[in-house]
Amino acid sequence: MFKEASIREPLILGDKISYHQISEEISRPIEGKANKLWWACFSVAVVAMLWGFGCLAYTVGTGIGAWGANKTVGWAWDITNFVWWIGIGHAGTLISAVLLLFRQRWRMAINRSAEAMTIFAVICAAIFPVFHMGRVWVAYWTMPIPNQFGSLWVNFNSPLLWDVFAISTYFTVSVVFWYLGLIPDFAMIRDRAKVAGNKMREMIYRILSFGWSGRLRDWVRFEEVSLVLAGLSTPLVFSVHSIVSMDFATSIVPGWHTTIFPPYFVAGAIFSGFAMVLTLVLIMRKVLNLEHYVTVKHIEYMNIIIMLTGSLVGIAYLTELFMSWYSGVEYESYAFINRFSGPYWWAYWSMMTCNVVSPQLFWFKKIRTNLVATFILSIVVNIGMWFERFVIIVTSIHRDYLPSSWTMYSPTWIEVGIYVGTIGFFFTCFLAFSRVFPVIAQSELKTIMKISSKVFKNKNENHHH
Amino acid sequence: MSTKAIHAIYDDDEVLVSAAKKIHAAGIKVKEVFTPFAVHGLPEALHEPRTRIAICAFLYGCTGLSLGLLMMWYFMIHDWPQDIGGKPNATLYHNIPAFIPPLFEGTVFTAAHLMFWTLLFRSWILPGVKPKNPDPRTTDDKFLVLIETEDTEGVSKLLRETGASEIKIVEV
Repeated sequence: MFKEASIREPLILGDKISYHQISEEISRPIEGKANKLWWACFSVAVVAMLWGFGCLAYTVGTGIGAWGANKTVGWAWDITNFVWWIGIGHAGTLISAVLLLFRQRWRMAINRSAEAMTIFAVICAAIFPVFHMGRVWVAYWTMPIPNQFGSLWVNFNSPLLWDVFAISTYFTVSVVFWYLGLIPDFAMIRDRAKVAGNKMREMIYRILSFGWSGRLRDWVRFEEVSLVLAGLSTPLVFSVHSIVSMDFATSIVPGWHTTIFPPYFVAGAIFSGFAMVLTLVLIMRKVLNLEHYVTVKHIEYMNIIIMLTGSLVGIAYLTELFMSWYSGVEYESYAFINRFSGPYWWAYWSMMTCNVVSPQLFWFKKIRTNLVATFILSIVVNIGMWFERFVIIVTSIHRDYLPSSWTMYSPTWIEVGIYVGTIGFFFTCFLAFSRVFPVIAQSELKTIMKISSKVFKNKNENHHH
Repeated sequence: MSTKAIHAIYDDDEVLVSAAKKIHAAGIKVKEVFTPFAVHGLPEALHEPRTRIAICAFLYGCTGLSLGLLMMWYFMIHDWPQDIGGKPNATLYHNIPAFIPPLFEGTVFTAAHLMFWTLLFRSWILPGVKPKNPDPRTTDDKFLVLIETEDTEGVSKLLRETGASEIKIVEV
């Protein structure tokens, strides 16, 4: 059997780890009852979600005029939130697909929860452009449907339509990838319920597990499909945020019309996504007692990715500034001067501080292995990434070619309410997920128990001496 | 003539793989193995053929790409050509660069989904299907080798020698 170098830190801690122990610890939150803290968080999230639904209903009933967006600043709070949520989603696919191709074993403890995060984040993201259409009941007109339905064919030259295709592909493929991994884990819960004699739970998880029985042939196919899905998802995840960036880059608005956008948006997406994974996982490992599986080493690896992508984003900001000066185009130059010294200077400098300066703290091992510091910085990064999208969208269009149209934008409480509502929806889903679904891919984790767990590594060590 | 089935339980995946090699070498046909996770080395030990599902995925992807291109040509070039923003839709080869992003998405969409459904139907794992593992512990920490044979005594002896912890003989 393959043995990992002893110099590598173990990925599974705990002094008595076994296959059965992994099953026990991962099914505990599902089989047990929720504590008061969970109910408290869940109630707050549901209230926020309901408020958001109310604001959405008001928007549909009244019209888009309920928002602060105007003729000059046509995309504002909504598209900022759309890009922010889509970006957050990217870390899940990166962890489950890209790290699978790179054979990074540390992904196994966090891929399930990160993929769940992806799916909920993409749903939150989709709400914004769909409701910005105004007449949400004809949102299906973005699908390629015949002219007889009342509109012309969709325009495949438009990046907005590419986005419809990219996001629906991304969402559905992520769901499939996630569900495939869940099937054997649902089977484990089902069989435990069978042994315990819990008929109701056995029936629910039998349906969810699709009757999985773990036959040799099933596993061969399962592994092949996982690998090919990872191979398909890797270019997919890069394409999705590239296409989101093309919504801006293919326009002629100064500050949007830049070729650097696709890689810069992808780096930013991974950056914010890992920050959100950390926010969630730091709470999850504590509340569900999974510290043996999501170790400080996992946190450190993610912090290193945040440091790397944060620096990439920083380089992109500086490149943009340089190019606006070097191009010699006065509109382009003004767009950037206006960003850092115009009326929205505070948004620009919040973005710079949160995204470029704060992740540099992770160069210190003390900070990147400190859980409190990581938690605070993960939230700071997501605030910074929200401001990045706000800066790109609002400061570019509030003053462009025609000075007589220059104006300011501020959100109404309805827009803020929808945003808070999506956060509520996201946490409602995630909290429900953490009680119903196995939050760690146990069948995958079991494959590395003998390679990367502390107990087995020590055993191998002693064996050799 | 009644055939009997032996359910041999193993506690460890490494023992299982070495046992599988010995069972295969003894010329005994293993009907099925139930494991809680993908045991690496087990398909090779039992000379399980490779799956061709990735080839299917490639073909599905090609189908998605061709159908997508046909769709875009029909909508944009043939059925209702328009000139939006100074970008006329007169010829396919002029417009194809703009179609690359949605074509890529369409390819991935068809390849991923059809491959997933191929897995579900080939392995017959669908909502409502009854699980086939004879022992519920095989999704937790036990490994079950199922052999159908008439010579239960001889095979059981061999299985015990290879490290099986429990052996159960059932009527088929």
